[in-house]
This record gives sequence, structure tokens and C-alpha cells, in this order.
Amino acid sequence: MDIFTPDNVGFMLGGFGKTLIVSFFAIIFSILIGTVLAMVKQYCKGKLKIFSLLVSAYIELFRCTPNLLWILFIYFTVKGNDVVISVLAFTIFTSAVMAEIIRGGFNSIPKSQFEAAQSQGFGFFQTMWLIILPQTFKTIIPALFSQCTTVIKDSSYLAGINVAEFMYTSRVVMAKTTGLEGVLLVYGFVFLLYFALNFGISLLVRTYQRRIAAA
Amino acid sequence: MLDGLLDPMRWSMTFAEMDTLWEGFGLTLQVVVAGLALSIVLGTILGVFSTTRNVVLRGISRVYVEFYQNTPLPVQVFFMYMAGPKLLQALLGTADPVRTSAFALGTLGVGLYHAAYISEVIRTGIEAVPKGQMEAALSQGFTRVQAYIYIILPQTFKIILPPLCNQALNLVKNTSVLAMIAGGDLMYNADNFVSTYGYLQGYIMACVLYFIICFPLALLVQWLEKRSKLRPRAKDIPGITDAPELAKEA
Repeated sequence: MDIFTPDNVGFMLGGFGKTLIVSFFAIIFSILIGTVLAMVKQYCKGKLKIFSLLVSAYIELFRCTPNLLWILFIYFTVKGNDVVISVLAFTIFTSAVMAEIIRGGFNSIPKSQFEAAQSQGFGFFQTMWLIILPQTFKTIIPALFSQCTTVIKDSSYLAGINVAEFMYTSRVVMAKTTGLEGVLLVYGFVFLLYFALNFGISLLVRTYQRRIAAA
Repeated sequence: MLDGLLDPMRWSMTFAEMDTLWEGFGLTLQVVVAGLALSIVLGTILGVFSTTRNVVLRGISRVYVEFYQNTPLPVQVFFMYMAGPKLLQALLGTADPVRTSAFALGTLGVGLYHAAYISEVIRTGIEAVPKGQMEAALSQGFTRVQAYIYIILPQTFKIILPPLCNQALNLVKNTSVLAMIAGGDLMYNADNFVSTYGYLQGYIMACVLYFIICFPLALLVQWLEKRSKLRPRAKDIPGITDAPELAKEA
């Protein structure tokens, strides 16, 4: 047990903090950008069709290539603070996933909502902000949260560019031990923390879904 | 770093070095095929477990799925990479830690990880098959195992094809985890190229190669989803709705 010294544990938890910070900002920015992308893909028609096609291309590109590729790509091309780079890398590809989730939500909203809003004199943006988006987000909460756990899990890819997130700091601590026992103990700790966080989120989602189903 | 993007010299250099990328592409494909096979077999077994009435089997499936879905793949693969050889040494009683190949590590990594997701897909598929099917099979003298193999699973696979292909797509992308443990896959070789020459072209070629594998899969998912919407399962009456459908396809 001599591996769990206050120093080591503090160092690892510092990495866990960084994992949380990066995931949090990446998720917030991805939802914002994803919403815009989804709106462009879904509602840019006629003369503006080109924008819709561009967004489709963007989404397909990021859906069909690995996260790690974009993490390495951003790390190579953008110079800056490691948290900024991490958030940027995660935002560009998670936005594409979020856009598809949000668009799925748009599809579940009946057309009559749009027509009713227009007949009451709402403009496009008023309709979106006041009527469509609130309903959309309510329906996609489960998918949104499951994407959050994906971001938290995938943030461990950042160890590949030496960002001192949880997996990276744990590996540093692990390098201090040679025996199998130390490795197993540290891994147990790492698995436990990731599991507690993600399982907690998925329990929340399940409770929400059960409440929705009951209502 | 973006200024050398149109430099013809850098591009010709990249194409001259394509052999290593193709090598990595080959390993990635091998891992994809083997990993997919492992995850489908294991996922089906676990999926069936989760729908049986046996509490122990259901428990095994539940614990497996929760563990693999809620912990990161890179951590799992690193664990196998670091602890695996020593664990095998202790288990087999050999003198030295047992080395595992990148292929075995990648296959086990993505295979075990996606088995958890595929198991959930299979479970929902089995639950979508009407209960009467199992009851009818049992009444005709099938054992439960036979009923699963001959009656339930064939119907399940039809329903779950779109989400299954989606998992295959994710599995392809996740094989890049091998790059983090010097696995010699496509991502690793591309990254190696970029850090050796400092040319961004390596990443662009990797992007193209991944896209070549994944985009057809993405199109397949879209097509399958559209098809399953066109023909709702509930209205599928064998011999009646099937006949014109077949005629259209022919």
C-alpha cells in the first residue's frame, strides 16, 4: 500500500480534476456548436442549401475518423496551453456527434409546432429559441448524457499527447512501482474513479428515463 | 505549421513513405476483423445471458456490461499492456513475463470493449421479438438453446443490423487506441511519420485511409435505418408483406 502516499494520491486526483475540467468545457462548447450545426443542417434550404451540405460533410468527416487522430492533429498544428488544446480538439469532433443527436431531436418535433408558431407571428429564431429547442433538449437528454460519459472516457486519449489528465498522472505514479501488486492497485483506483463517475451519470439518466416513462 | 500543406515536395515525400502507412492500415484491418468477430460472438452470448431467467447469468452479463461501458478503453488496453504479461507469467508459471503481440492486444481490447455494447444491442433486439415466438418454439419441442439458435436470434439480427453496423464503425475508430502503446497500427505509423518529418501530410493520409473504411459503413447504417423505417417490423406478416418486398428488390 506504500504507493498511495498523500503526494501520489494528490497528484492522481489533480489529473482527475483536469479530466473533469476538459470534459466539462468540451461538452458545453460541443452542445453550443452542435446546436448551430444541427440547425444549419436541418433548416438551411433553398439558396442556403450549400451550408447544409457543408455541415453534412463536416459531420461525416468527424464521424468516420478516430478521435485520437484529431487530438494529435490539433496538438501538432495549434500551440498553446494544454487544457485549451484538449478542449479545442474534443470540441471539434464532439460537436459533430452532438449535432447528429440534436438533429434527431428536431426530427421528433411535430411540424405543426413550427406552423403554429409562425401563425402566431414568431420569427425563425424566436420559434427556435422559445418553442423548438426547449422541446428538443427535453427529448434528447438521455442521448446527451450518454455522450457526456463518452467524452469523459475518451478524454483519456489525451494521455497520448502528454496532457496531465487522470490516465497520464496515474501512469506516472505507476512508473514508480515495479511489482505487479503496485500496478494492480493503481489500476484498481483508476478503474474505480472512472467507473464511479460514469456509472453515476448513467444511473441519473436511467432514473430520468423511468420518470419520463411513468409520467 | 499549415504553410507546408501545399508544398509538392512534402506530398511526394509522403507518397514515397506510404508503404509504412499501408502496413499500419493492414494491421488496423486485421484488428478490426478479429475484434469484430470476438465482440459479436461474446456480445451475443452476453446478450442472450441478459435475457434468460437465470439470475447468475443475468448478473454476469450486467456486471460485464457496466464495467466495460463505464471505464475508458485506453485505460483497459493499458492495463492489459502493463499487467497482462506479468499476470500471464504468474498464471502460467513461466520464467519471464509473457509478451503479447500488438494484434492480440488490439483484438482483445476493442473486442472486449465493444462486446459490452453489442450485448446491449442484442438484448434490445431479443426483447423486440414477440414472446410468443419462444413459447411457440418450446411447444414444438425445441429446447431453450435450440429456440434461441433457430428461432429467436435469426429474427434478432435482422432488427439490430443498423445499430450493429454503427458499433462496427466505432470499433474501427477505436482501434487507434493501439497507437498509444506503440502498436504499429495506422494511427501509430502516421504519427511516427509526422514526428519524423514534421509534415502534417501523414495525418491527412491517415484521415483519408480511416475514412475509406468508415464511410461505407456509415452509408450502410443510413441505408439500413431508412430500410427498417420503410418496412416497420410490426406489420411484417410472412408470406404476405414479404412477397411484394422481394419483388421490389429483385
